[in-house]
Amino acid sequence: MIRLLLAGTILFAWTSASADPVEIKIGYLRGPQPRTSISLLDIPPENNGVAGAQLAINDNNTTGKFLNQRFSLEDVQLNDKDDPAAAASSLAGRGISLVLADLPAAALLKAADAPGSQGLLFFNVGAIDDRLREEDCRGNVIHTAPTRSMLADALAQYLVWKQWRRWFLISGSHPEDKLYADALRRAAKRFGARIVQEKVFEDTGGARRTDSGVVQIQRQLPVFTQGVPAYDVLIAADENDVFAAYLPYRTWDARPVAGSAGLMPTSWDASHDQWGAVQMQERFTKLFSRRMTARDMQAWSAARMIGESAARTRSNDAKAMFGFLKSPDFALAAFKGQRLTLREWNLQLRQPILLTDGRMIVSVSPQEGFQHQFSELDTLGLDRPESKCKLK
Amino acid sequence: MQAQVNPMIRSTGIWRAGLFGAGVLVLLSTQANGFTAYVSNEKSNTVSVIDTDKFQVVKTIKVGQRPRGIELTKDGKFILVAVGDDDTIEVIDTATHEIVTTLPSGPDPELFTQDPAGKILYVANEDANTVTIIDLEKKVPLGEVQVGVEPEGMGISPDGKILVNTSETTNMAHFIDTQTRQIVANVLVDSRPRFAEFKHDGSELWVSSEVGGTVSVIDPVKREVSKKITFDIPGLRKEAIQPVGVSITKDGKTGFVALGPANRVAVINGATHEVQKYLLVGQRVWHLAFTPDEKYLLTTNGVSNDVSVIDVASLRVIKTIQVGELPWGIAVSQQ
Repeated sequence: MIRLLLAGTILFAWTSASADPVEIKIGYLRGPQPRTSISLLDIPPENNGVAGAQLAINDNNTTGKFLNQRFSLEDVQLNDKDDPAAAASSLAGRGISLVLADLPAAALLKAADAPGSQGLLFFNVGAIDDRLREEDCRGNVIHTAPTRSMLADALAQYLVWKQWRRWFLISGSHPEDKLYADALRRAAKRFGARIVQEKVFEDTGGARRTDSGVVQIQRQLPVFTQGVPAYDVLIAADENDVFAAYLPYRTWDARPVAGSAGLMPTSWDASHDQWGAVQMQERFTKLFSRRMTARDMQAWSAARMIGESAARTRSNDAKAMFGFLKSPDFALAAFKGQRLTLREWNLQLRQPILLTDGRMIVSVSPQEGFQHQFSELDTLGLDRPESKCKLK
Repeated sequence: MQAQVNPMIRSTGIWRAGLFGAGVLVLLSTQANGFTAYVSNEKSNTVSVIDTDKFQVVKTIKVGQRPRGIELTKDGKFILVAVGDDDTIEVIDTATHEIVTTLPSGPDPELFTQDPAGKILYVANEDANTVTIIDLEKKVPLGEVQVGVEPEGMGISPDGKILVNTSETTNMAHFIDTQTRQIVANVLVDSRPRFAEFKHDGSELWVSSEVGGTVSVIDPVKREVSKKITFDIPGLRKEAIQPVGVSITKDGKTGFVALGPANRVAVINGATHEVQKYLLVGQRVWHLAFTPDEKYLLTTNGVSNDVSVIDVASLRVIKTIQVGELPWGIAVSQQ
């Protein structure tokens, strides 16, 4: 386990001559992230996620200097053998009650359920599993990461708006791919699309990068996508980056690709420039000399929620801050063209989903015409009436 | 109007004199209405010049990249337009419509305001978390003030003593003493505050919060929020109500707030702060400007590429003028 205390990168001259600033300490728990990817451009940076939290700490501290509040971040990197429950308890023992967790679902639940985690408030910034907001929801876990079903619905709404209703679905062989495929099937049914054919792309192992791999791929992919009933769009469910990026331009039929390659639903993309996002992108790039990822944004949102609740409650008490975040007064401005709020029934952050081709934002869902009695953002993902979550 | 004159009255000398008099009146009123509005078109990189008598675009000026904040100098001789992607403010001669110089605005200028004497310009620099102070005559920077994250809205008290800047991610209205250039108070408002406007008598400061969906009325003496104006439009989802531009009549009796993608301007009673009416304008309404006689209020409608003209007395939208792409800011000449 590696522990790193990251004070704000800017040192402030505290103009207030009065009392010492109120300290708001935030923990960041993260597990090992895969470093494999098909495209060289997609290799996740080492500080993926935590960099977003750091930027938010800086933003919070700029505000904090006017309110005599100081924010700091402790970055805890777990390896495969570390126990997330012990790491969470250890943070609690050091007086940290606000924890950003970038952990797989099972590890996150271990941390949240640890006896030593009582009084801790977790922010799930990484795991997109619906079950964490459904049957396995927790009363001490807020989710800034969108769910698979939110991502799938965002994509489906656009494809249906585009009248591309006949889908060819290829899913990977990993458990997450199956979950994503489930979410896509549900989205198809919900919004009136039809899956005309399904295939599974088995992950047989092997390197992503080889010297003459491209020659083989060019021959294999057309054959793999041959003999399919007429379809409008090929959708790939490939969360481990095994095959999806190989699909565009290599399908038997000339068809667009969406899902894990081609047109991709995401909470953030480095090309997003609407609604003041340019400022955010430039701030991030200046600080970290790289582009901002979805995980960075999810962590930024969580740390900004903490900043916002500390400013509004004038407090560093996790309970008071949690109370504010659950109240109707809470709204987060996150460069998405509208306020983000919490679904009170499962503590999921409502948010528009960007659709990117990796170069540009093609569209932003929810799409026009998909209406909802309460919030159009609730047309994305599992809605209150179908929720299995009972918060404790 | 001439056509309405009864031709029968032309025959008598007395009536002829009367007609002459009426003619002068017509001419005078035409002149009194003949203001010029300048609209910055964020995407076209142009400024549309509108004759407010005919309500027509009479000229289009090419400017730098991404023009947004726009104002006239107090003497009416120059248009100032912030061209954010060129990191400067361009100065356009109102007589020739030529760009004559630029100002050292600091990076990515968006909104700015002048002191009442028209000698000093205060500019919000979104990328640098600063407000830059510029000597308008010498065109040199005089200093800068560190404010919150993403400074945007700029308002100045009528006596010029207090400058207010809003920061979009910090969610505050920063009160800056213009003499000492120090922040003297910070008032928390709702999310993404975008615009700050004082009443002409200085008794109230209105700050719009785009994401929060409210307008905070701030008491400038106590420096605290005294009232929050909320908006409720039947059949419209709450997220679409995004207040940006604010204009208040000189008598302080009526305020107008542009509600962004709600495509409406709210009319607010300046005394009770109750919403009186919603006026349907073009799509994504950004900013507002009165003609100096306050007969008309002009609105820039970003998505529909037009300007709506509101008749202030009847509170009706009477005209729509096509301008460039994504119209954003607007300023009207005082002469």
